[in-house]
Amino acid sequence: MSGSTNIIAMKKVVQQLRFEAGINRVKVSQAAADLQQFCLQNAQQDPLLTGMSSSNNPFRPQKVCSFL
Amino acid sequence: MAAEKAEMDALKKECDALRTQIEAARKAVNDSSMSAASGGATAVGRVQLKLRKTLKGHLAKIYAMHWSADSRQMVSASQDGKLLVWDTFTGNKLVAVPLKSAWVMSVAFAPSGNLVASGGLDNICTVYNIKAASPKTLRELDAHTGYLSCCRFLSDTEILTASGDTTCCLWDLETGKQKVIFTNHIGDCMSLALSSDMNTFISGACDSLAKLWDVREGACKQTFSGHTSDINAISFFPSGNAVITGSDDCTCKMYDLRADQEVIGYQDTNLNAGVTSLALSSSGRLIFAGYDDFNCHIWDSLKGEKVGVLSGHDNRVSCTGVPADGMGVCTGSWDSFLKLWN
Repeated sequence: MSGSTNIIAMKKVVQQLRFEAGINRVKVSQAAADLQQFCLQNAQQDPLLTGMSSSNNPFRPQKVCSFL
Repeated sequence: MAAEKAEMDALKKECDALRTQIEAARKAVNDSSMSAASGGATAVGRVQLKLRKTLKGHLAKIYAMHWSADSRQMVSASQDGKLLVWDTFTGNKLVAVPLKSAWVMSVAFAPSGNLVASGGLDNICTVYNIKAASPKTLRELDAHTGYLSCCRFLSDTEILTASGDTTCCLWDLETGKQKVIFTNHIGDCMSLALSSDMNTFISGACDSLAKLWDVREGACKQTFSGHTSDINAISFFPSGNAVITGSDDCTCKMYDLRADQEVIGYQDTNLNAGVTSLALSSSGRLIFAGYDDFNCHIWDSLKGEKVGVLSGHDNRVSCTGVPADGMGVCTGSWDSFLKLWN
């Protein structure tokens, strides 16, 4: 009977919600500060933020050197 | 019948109460905003990346790409029925893998570089050994009852898949069998991302929800809502404490895992195209999001402002990826080309 399968499904939804309701939550101000700090600490090592010289750039077409 | 209805009503009431409880708990810690916190951070200014290479070779729409862990090789998948493995430093094609089914939607590179996997409307995730003399099919993972939207290797022996059948699955590549099935989404799963410690992963689905899962236990640990349409793209912030999503509702969002809620959204009234893909720069400060408007827009993740755009494709940007060393961005498009920018 579809009634009892609906109940089983609903019990699972309730169980999942109970689990999710029970977690500890950190304040947004703390979370945001930590995310910001991570970005700032790693900014100098982020090549897309700092840019790179063409000699360090792996995708730049390599110029061929030849002896004249 | 009446007893069942009474039980159902009681359960529904409990659901509503729990949902209210969760919202209240989230509100209770919502003491600030990301924009307020980032007021002190220096602006990144205009980010102007240059197109360094256009990789030509596919003959039809590109649907997916994935960088190798070596930050040099990259694999792309096209509905021309081929996977191509590229050396992005030279632009050369290293391997071509012919697919049994041309309707490919996802591709992945194993961290070892030995294997690639792909799948799509065939519902199957096929794993190939690309180090053999010619690409050899290692496994056909066939149990999903819907299309394969995304796959990611944990190692040469385990792979995660996301499917249109609303489930995700962890497979054992030695046996070819399912190890763990992740059920909780009520819409097609469209995308997944693995945490760097591989203990958790996140999934985005057509039910507009993002979910965090425990890889070993199979349990859904957290659910994030807010989007108003399908989530097509999902990624971890590099610290592992936040998740970025991209959706058909034309916005991206950042959810913090510890605060259990959205902390900032990325939207623009002039931007009315769905987000197809996204990738973050190595510090997490820049979000590269591919849109249906043929562009990849660049967002400042902390301030929520658009800081640049990668223009050049002649059709939808379907996939975006930043390699592990953070040295560039790759965009793939329905125009059949891949472009490398930095």
